[in-house]
Amino acid sequence: MTTATGSAPAPLLRRILLQGKYEAATMLRNGEQLILAVVLPLLALIGLTVTPLLDGMGDSRVNIAVPGILALCAMSTAFTGQGIATGFDRRYGVLRFLSTTPLGRAGLIAGKILAVLAVLVIQLVIVAAVAFPLGWRPDPLGVLPGLCLLVLGAAAFTALGLLVAGTVRPEATLAITNLLWILLGALGGIVIPMQRLPELAQNTVHLLPSGSLGEGLRDAFLHGAVNGNAVLVLLMWTVLAGAAAIRWFKWN
Amino acid sequence: MRSPKSPVLTIDGLIKDVGPLPTLDGKMLRVVSDVSLVAGRGEVTALLGANGAGKTTTIECAQGLQKRTGGTISLLGSDPGTAGAELRARVGVMLQDGGLPPSARPIPLLRHIAGMYRNPRPLDELVQRLGIDSFSRTNVRRLSGGQKQRLALAAALIGNPEVLFLDEPSAGLDPQSRQLVFELISELRDSGMGIILTTHLMDDAQRLADYVYIIDAGRNVAEGTVAQLLQHNMPETPHRDHVRTLHFEALPGLDFTGVLAAEIQIRETRSGSYTATGALTPADLAALTAWWAHHGIMPGSLSMEARSLEDVFLDISGREIR
Repeated sequence: MTTATGSAPAPLLRRILLQGKYEAATMLRNGEQLILAVVLPLLALIGLTVTPLLDGMGDSRVNIAVPGILALCAMSTAFTGQGIATGFDRRYGVLRFLSTTPLGRAGLIAGKILAVLAVLVIQLVIVAAVAFPLGWRPDPLGVLPGLCLLVLGAAAFTALGLLVAGTVRPEATLAITNLLWILLGALGGIVIPMQRLPELAQNTVHLLPSGSLGEGLRDAFLHGAVNGNAVLVLLMWTVLAGAAAIRWFKWN
Repeated sequence: MRSPKSPVLTIDGLIKDVGPLPTLDGKMLRVVSDVSLVAGRGEVTALLGANGAGKTTTIECAQGLQKRTGGTISLLGSDPGTAGAELRARVGVMLQDGGLPPSARPIPLLRHIAGMYRNPRPLDELVQRLGIDSFSRTNVRRLSGGQKQRLALAAALIGNPEVLFLDEPSAGLDPQSRQLVFELISELRDSGMGIILTTHLMDDAQRLADYVYIIDAGRNVAEGTVAQLLQHNMPETPHRDHVRTLHFEALPGLDFTGVLAAEIQIRETRSGSYTATGALTPADLAALTAWWAHHGIMPGSLSMEARSLEDVFLDISGREIR
């Protein structure tokens, strides 16, 4: 074997990009993750456009449905998908091993965020490709704020997913993130707009990351408006969950 | 503590508390109370101890994976608790549980890890050397224990480190893999790498280690080269390097007082089963066989071996199960 001298790390940016690429590829190769990230949101989109669930809300079914589907995509990938993957990586010692390489803990987290964003871009392209033929016409003024809000929502859900994955057993992470995906997706103001929920729920849902992301995206893509409240609530969740994850995340 | 020519790792007075634990009424548990060691370049340094002695905690503090409660650690001149990627690139780590993602395939995984380094070791060379090519298309979750262990070793070596940490390197290895891994470790040592390994297997330490620290209940209890440890607690005699353990079976309840040299006692460990450990001389053996002849005793079995590290370890840390 050759003599060991002069080992050095690859540049920081390259390490993070590599990890992001590796994690994104791992997510896209995993069948269950693909169902969660692509198949279920598309089924929900088609379901909402062929049923009268969203009728009488002042716009076409598909225009009201798509922002919620995008919010659902963000929750699938950032919260449930990344949460489960991280939980099991933690169980198998993968997080600990990678944190001894030049990647380190910070690089590992950065790579995970990058992977979430990469998968989100793919979801966005697929949802758009299905939604345009169905008649989706977003407000042009709302596209940029909408995409920014989607990234902020992904950040909040990633922080929450890592918080769950880093504090409980992976089996519990699996149960919690899947259950919340269903509950928040259906009743948390994501695919079903807030005004269609019971009055009691309306008062709390706009404080949830799900409700604020769903409503914020609908305001952007339907009316070209920036929902300041939604931005504030999502920022608050990102900061609180991020700080809690940093404080309580157990690496082993 | 000794001072090797070129130290790569120095641990001084390490303390590590874990908890608070519900089983201890919310109190902290001190898993390492006082461990000090030095590991040198071009040497294999072994931390030997029973399960739960604090070996893994000690090296995880040295790897920066755990925060220490007290003491100082210098790894290649830096504090691993605060050091960054520059230090991590010079240190290879093989964890006890492997740390490999179950869904990954060996070659893409190694290539990915290699990408984290500026000058990684050639992948083909490692893959061939560790026999990974024979299972390169199998998912990690389907690999045998020995295959996983060899892959984890490759992952630790791919960055071409100066220091290598191996936590229980022969766990799950079949005899062929063990031979392969041990040869590679010796070769890496000869090439100048500083290797620190933990093991609870005396045989591993005896075969691989240039210097051994015996850890028990979170503190150092003995240290030395294997040859030095084999003489541990043996009286200073001209025959110190004749330390042997003698076993024989005969009638129960025999009294051997005064048969052998004064410092060597023959103990009856079970009924009719006798053991003597010490610097035995040819004269001692002659005296014992003469005594048997005189009393008309023919032992049912008789064996003698060099004192093993296991004997030393049991003498130091006690024979009772904890």
